Formats: sequence, C-alpha cells, structure tokens
Amino acid sequence: MIQIYFALALLALGLIVGSILERAHYSRIKKRERALRDFQAMSLNMVPRSDEVSRASMRMGSVVISVDYFKRFAAGLKKLFGGEIHSYSSLLDRARREALLRLKDNCKDADLVVNLRFETCTLSNGSNSNIGSVEVVAYGTAVWYRNDQREDLPPPVPTATRF
Amino acid sequence: MIVTNTETVPGMHMVKHFGLVQGSTIRAKNIGRDFMAGMKNLVGGELKGYTELLQESRDEALRRLIEQAEDLGANAVVNLRFSTSSVAAGAAEILCYGTAVQVSQLPPA
Repeated sequence: MIQIYFALALLALGLIVGSILERAHYSRIKKRERALRDFQAMSLNMVPRSDEVSRASMRMGSVVISVDYFKRFAAGLKKLFGGEIHSYSSLLDRARREALLRLKDNCKDADLVVNLRFETCTLSNGSNSNIGSVEVVAYGTAVWYRNDQREDLPPPVPTATRF
Repeated sequence: MIVTNTETVPGMHMVKHFGLVQGSTIRAKNIGRDFMAGMKNLVGGELKGYTELLQESRDEALRRLIEQAEDLGANAVVNLRFSTSSVAAGAAEILCYGTAVQVSQLPPA
C-alpha cells in the first residue's frame, strides 16, 4: 500500500512541478526567440552574397533535457494505444528551440547562420530503456559580412512571415 | 584554423585537399552528476551536468580533429559532422569528422 502512495506522490510531484517548470521554460524560450528574431539561422547549404563574407566559423549550442515522472508514465500508457505522444513532442520541441537559441547566443555578433543541422541523441542509463532524457545539438556555420560594403548593397531578403 | 560545416569556406577558395580528419572521445558519466540527474528526472527540465559533460567532450573531440588537420598542414576543415553513439551503459562516444583543406583568400573583385 505504501508503495502505491509513494508512486502516486511521485506522479503528483511530476505533474505539478513538471508542468510549472515547462511553462516557465516555454515563456523564457519565447522571450529569447523574440529578442533574436532578426538574427536568422537557415538550413540552406549555400551562403547568400558569399563574395562579401569576411569570416565564417562553426558554432554550436547544446542542451540535455529530461521529461518529468508523470509524463513518462503517461507516455508508457499511450504506448499501449499508439498515436502521438504529446509529452515527448513537447520535450523535443523545447530541446531543439533551446539548442538553437544557445547556438545563436554563441555568435551574437554574426550576421547569419547557415547550414544549420540538428543532432539528437538519447541518454540511456542502461537500466531503463525509457527515453527519459535527450540531448540536442544545433550546429551551423556563423557568417560575418564585410561591413564596409554593406551600405551600398540592397538589403538582404526580408523574412516573409513573423509569428 | 577555420572550421565550417558548409562545403566550402565562404569568401575563400580551396587550394588543396588533405582528405578526412576525425577526432573522437568517449566519456563516462560521474556519480555526483548522475545522482543530481536522477533527482531532476522526477520533475523534468534541463540536466545541466550532462549538458556541460557533453559540451566538454565535444570540444575535446573537435580539438583532436584540429590537431590532426594541423599535422597534415591544413588551415581549414570543411563539411564538419558530429555523431554520437552510446558504447556501453553510462558511456558515450562523441565523434566529429570533416575534410581537411587548404584555403586562401579570394582576390578582391
């Protein structure tokens, strides 16, 4: 009986604290994304206006993030029925956005990030085969343009949509 | 040393190819970090200890790759890729590989 109460307590803790933390993380992510929205990162392989580049260097950002106890339990249940597992989608979404933001933080003075790639890996403890925690690395080539010529040239292609 | 993950170094042109260079490292987790991660697993969120651990390992792998490229006489590594695999329970291999090249500045247009 004690074990059941203990498990329920862990589930409740995971549900309450986990969702508070997740909401806080999402609001931090959104705030930072707004602040950095003019600094674009793209997955294109080519560099626009490549003849005006003064410097290019690879930068990365990474994060290891884990899902809470309640969500892990809910995902275990969901696995019986199939379908989208929302608890893991939000985990990976948070991890990718956070990793991208850290990449951008690592090269704030650059003009553009090209050839952005994401790499995801699972950290398993061996003992349990649950997803639990994932690591996401975002890496790309930060590009700095030569400043002296930028004024006489047409501005870079504007972004079509802002969310 | 210029490192990029694009196929060329923008603003420069390739003079010479040296072929593939790689660097890798295998790291194990430590107990202190693992304990904290275990606690954090209950409520979810970032595991800072592991973020740092993997960041350090990746820097180390990159350092080894750069060393190898310098030995070949290259001044840049292009098309860099990262790859991770877990070798045993609690240990992970971080591998990075790329092509060592020699680049030189484009003549001003």
